Amino acid sequence: MPERVDVRKTYKLFINGEFVRSESGRSYRPDGGINVPRGSRKDLRDAVRAARTAFAGWSGRTAMNRGQILYRTAEMLDGRREQFIAELGGTEPARQEVDAAIETWVWYAGWTDKLSQVAGTVNPVAGPYFNFTIPEPSGVVGIVAPEAPPLLGLVRRLAPALCAGNTVLVVVSEPHPLPGLTLGEVLATSDFPAGTVNVVSGIRRELLPWLASHMDVNAVDVTGCTPEETRQVEELAAANVKRVVHGTSNGMTPDAITAVMEMKTVWHPIGV
Amino acid sequence: MASTVSISHLGTLMGGVHTVDQVGAEERAASLAKRSIKKSAKLWALDLAIRCIDLTTLEGQDTPGKVAALCAKALRPDPSDPSIPPVAAVCIYPALVPVAAARLRGTGVHVASVATAFPSGQTFTSIKVAETREAVAAGADEVDMVIDRGAFLSGNYQKVFDEIGQVKEASGRAHLKVILETGELGTYDNVRRASVLAMAAGADFIKTSTGKIQPAATLPVALVMMEAIRDFHRETGRVVGFKPAGGIRTAKQAIAYLVVLFETLGPGWLTPERFRLGASTLLNDILMQIQRERTGAYQSGDYFTID
Repeated sequence: MPERVDVRKTYKLFINGEFVRSESGRSYRPDGGINVPRGSRKDLRDAVRAARTAFAGWSGRTAMNRGQILYRTAEMLDGRREQFIAELGGTEPARQEVDAAIETWVWYAGWTDKLSQVAGTVNPVAGPYFNFTIPEPSGVVGIVAPEAPPLLGLVRRLAPALCAGNTVLVVVSEPHPLPGLTLGEVLATSDFPAGTVNVVSGIRRELLPWLASHMDVNAVDVTGCTPEETRQVEELAAANVKRVVHGTSNGMTPDAITAVMEMKTVWHPIGV
Repeated sequence: MASTVSISHLGTLMGGVHTVDQVGAEERAASLAKRSIKKSAKLWALDLAIRCIDLTTLEGQDTPGKVAALCAKALRPDPSDPSIPPVAAVCIYPALVPVAAARLRGTGVHVASVATAFPSGQTFTSIKVAETREAVAAGADEVDMVIDRGAFLSGNYQKVFDEIGQVKEASGRAHLKVILETGELGTYDNVRRASVLAMAAGADFIKTSTGKIQPAATLPVALVMMEAIRDFHRETGRVVGFKPAGGIRTAKQAIAYLVVLFETLGPGWLTPERFRLGASTLLNDILMQIQRERTGAYQSGDYFTID
């Protein structure tokens, strides 16, 4: 039997539920061998537009349903476990990283319908009113994925943002983009509505200023940024008072969810 | 005011309507839409687009309050930026004309009223004429009428022609825009034929669509209508304006129409006296593009008024 042809994969951006080539038509080779799309500011703009459009639908879903979809992401990731382990080097730490990533999706899936009870409050007020504080999703969140660990770092930032009901665009690690781009394929089969998660790869310094200054982005997670980049994001984010989140990829905590939420307080008269 | 052409001349004009080359029209429109307009040229085009907008609201739920808000937006599209010009006109249902007329009197922004049983046009001619007369009496200085597509498609061109003539007469000094509703005409040949018919009957503007039917305005249809206007101008010397409407939501689309307009009818038509864009959401997108060009940051709909 003749050996079959070598099928080389074209990595693509994941925007609005579709795998697309970069608008720039360009690519870069982080590790010398594989072409990775070099996303442009227009790809970023398209991703933000898709996320904004998807926001009402995703945040309007029941918490139960969001939890189901996050759980399905864990299922899909588990189904591709070997692929991710190979992509991360095939070592024992790689195995542990993939398992931790799967676990992260399950953990945050459980939080969707518990968060408002835990983070929300009924406040005592001096008057005939109920006074509630309820967490609501911030809106469109840009996540700059940590460089390491390439898969787990991203999942630890992404899962809580989606759990909160935000729509997200991820700028994946510049030197190690493949786990992030492959995660896009997992997300595509996990029942997220189109545009809820968007994955963009490219040169960080070409994308970051556009993300940070975009008026339709409500929060930027700068966990993967250098101090210099963080400073730049904070300056540009001031124009529309974006939330700038300094997180970590160690461990899981409900604080990671509320970090990309807004606490809204409502008054309601008693007896009406 | 230009007079309508005679019936015999109309016959010559209609007989002279050649079959439109569908592939050619679509290809040309698509290639013109690709033209890249950037930086200062883009700002210039966006400024022109704003000055050509007929800011429109044609919903059953329109209230005097909503029309008043629309008028405010028409006069000062961006409250934070006085350098943005007012739009050309506000386009509304006839019953709301008095509200708009009271707000826009003396401002230079026109009041356009749809008429003649918009959007279907399926009523008695006498009622269409009466509706037009009332709208003008209430303060409309532009009338957007629909043609009777039922009559046109069954070949009763005479009825369509006469009706436009009567409405033209009823609208008096008001500008008459004739809506062909190209989405219902079926073929480019029909579009061209209806364009010639409307222009011959006395239209000051021909307009693509009501916005109530899909497809509404498309670039190839616009190209066909503009070519009809160009040829009519050569034949009779009469200048007729063009108004695409419906489905034009982005600044990019608006610029594509301006490019086709420039390439087909020339710079003489790049003015609100001869070109209008019927739109509602378009205005905000243009404002966002202007801000984007000036500030260098992509904009959000949250910072512009809802209309």
